[in-house]
Amino acid sequence: MTFVKSLAAKPWIWSFLGALLVWLATISFTGGYGGGGMVTAALSLAVFTVIVGVGQMFVITLGPGNVDLSLPANIGLASAVAMKVMDGSDSMIVVGLLAALACGAAIGAVNYLLIWALRIPPIIATLSASFIIQSIDISYGRGLQIKPPPGFADFANWQILGIPVLAILTVLFTIGAAIALQRMIYGRSVLAIGQNIRAAWLAGVNVGRTRFLTYTLSGVLGGIDGALLAGYFRGANVDIGNEYLLASIAVVVIGGTSVAGGKANVPGVWGAALFLVLLLTMLNTFGVSAGVRLLLTGLIIVGVITVAGGEKASR
Amino acid sequence: MTAIAPGTTPTSSPRSSAARARLLRSLLPALSLALVLIAIAWLNPRAISYFGFSLMLNLAIPIALATIAQMFVISGNELDLSIGTFVGFVGCVTATWLKDAPLLGVIVLIGAIGVYALLGALIHLRNLPSIVVTLGMSFVWQGLAILVLPKPGGKAPDWLLALMSFKPPFIPFPIIAALVIAAVVHFGLMRTSYGVILRGSGGNPAALRRAGWSLLRTKIVLFALTGLFGVLSGMALIGITTSADANIGNGYTLLAIAGVILGGGEFVGGRVSPIGAVLGALTLALAASPLLTFMHIPPDWQVAANGAILIIVLAARVLISRRER
Repeated sequence: MTFVKSLAAKPWIWSFLGALLVWLATISFTGGYGGGGMVTAALSLAVFTVIVGVGQMFVITLGPGNVDLSLPANIGLASAVAMKVMDGSDSMIVVGLLAALACGAAIGAVNYLLIWALRIPPIIATLSASFIIQSIDISYGRGLQIKPPPGFADFANWQILGIPVLAILTVLFTIGAAIALQRMIYGRSVLAIGQNIRAAWLAGVNVGRTRFLTYTLSGVLGGIDGALLAGYFRGANVDIGNEYLLASIAVVVIGGTSVAGGKANVPGVWGAALFLVLLLTMLNTFGVSAGVRLLLTGLIIVGVITVAGGEKASR
Repeated sequence: MTAIAPGTTPTSSPRSSAARARLLRSLLPALSLALVLIAIAWLNPRAISYFGFSLMLNLAIPIALATIAQMFVISGNELDLSIGTFVGFVGCVTATWLKDAPLLGVIVLIGAIGVYALLGALIHLRNLPSIVVTLGMSFVWQGLAILVLPKPGGKAPDWLLALMSFKPPFIPFPIIAALVIAAVVHFGLMRTSYGVILRGSGGNPAALRRAGWSLLRTKIVLFALTGLFGVLSGMALIGITTSADANIGNGYTLLAIAGVILGGGEFVGGRVSPIGAVLGALTLALAASPLLTFMHIPPDWQVAANGAILIIVLAARVLISRRER
């Protein structure tokens, strides 16, 4: 009983429970057919949400008002940069990935530069940055129809025993992120700033550097995500990142991270991402129209947040 | 740092300099609009005419209304990321039901404002992050819009077409509309006592609660006003475009936030300005498309122009605020 209780107290358990429920509902509809394939597909799609979700989680943990709205534009531009640098040749894969990473890092650094120099809320800084990035992407990626190198596309779609390799790597990455968050000075600084920025500053936390690193990290993860997405879907396009604005914020909140900052939860990001992807799979399996699918997705997100997100502000 | 003028006492001089900085700051939205107008006049003098303004500012009315809608939630320290798809949904209802079955259309639109009021109550009662709730709602509105109007089409009601193509003498209609919107909202929010309470709910909620005001009520009122102006924006948009499309309002979410901030609004603390918001919306409407066209810059950079203006104005504001201290 105490085990169940301590498990129920973990905020991330609910997102996994939700994912399980949605999965059960779908396979009971198909009569058990395709259950395994669905998990494989869900894992490979959830990866992309998890990667940006972790970046967004670190940003949101910095405290109220901290959010990275430039992720969709960042993903779009990085996917175009990666495809252009790789130019379809296997020998350029690493260079292309590094270029996407650098592109993301630059975007993250610019975001923080705007926040710091203009002393404006991160929402507005990342919003104005995303306007400009979007235009650069439209102009740079116009008519871009470069396919990813075959080796890279195969890597992004590679599976071992039905488990996407990308998912395994992302699990390792999230374990690293969890360790960084809970056990390293950087992660503890992020949590401290989110709990009380002034107290953190008085305690000697280098607030400026930690925030800079966090926005850059979010940018880097967006950049990598863009390159991987272009590999997985075999091509870059301007709108490739659009759905990741809602997705990245939603998985953070559904996963049990506090929007007020100072409390983060890495496993929850996985649970919430699987939940969202399986939810879409379920609605597609039920054969609902695009309108109903959007409507239900929105209602379920609002519903889940209403149930899960209602915590009293302690300050 | 301004030099101290001879004859003024040291105590009054920083204050007058701060007052000047404050004045400059409140003039910033008007100055940015004037700058954009001057640039347009310089590049293409013929655009500065009755006909030119009617054309250039055509889409400014729905943008201004959406900006005002966003301004209401922002004055309560919340953010509405669904206003764009909401405008699209209203547009779809306007081009279908409001024309074919006016009573049903009116009921649906009033119901939509009711949904906004309920969202305000939900966000307050459960202490939810408005960003996430409204992001979720943006999917709901878009889904509903597609259900109402699966393919682009429909037709605006005749009275709406007549209203939006109204040509008053001397002053183009968009300018009159902008003046009326700014004046009405300015009076309501800045000059009435309940307007002060509404802004106070963003400025100092704790003090307001201790003074006996219901924060639940202020949040509901602010969200309902957002819904109301969102409805007006969607209807105005359809009156101009004459037909609808489920994605017609998608760009408005970010434009509206940018407009509020350009107009001198702040994210927290209930510091907003209705007149500034309308000026901000006009600036964005002019800078995004006519100015770029006259400068022969390809439309790819339209969105970037909005971002650049936002950054320039905010940078100017930082320079001014530094003197305000």
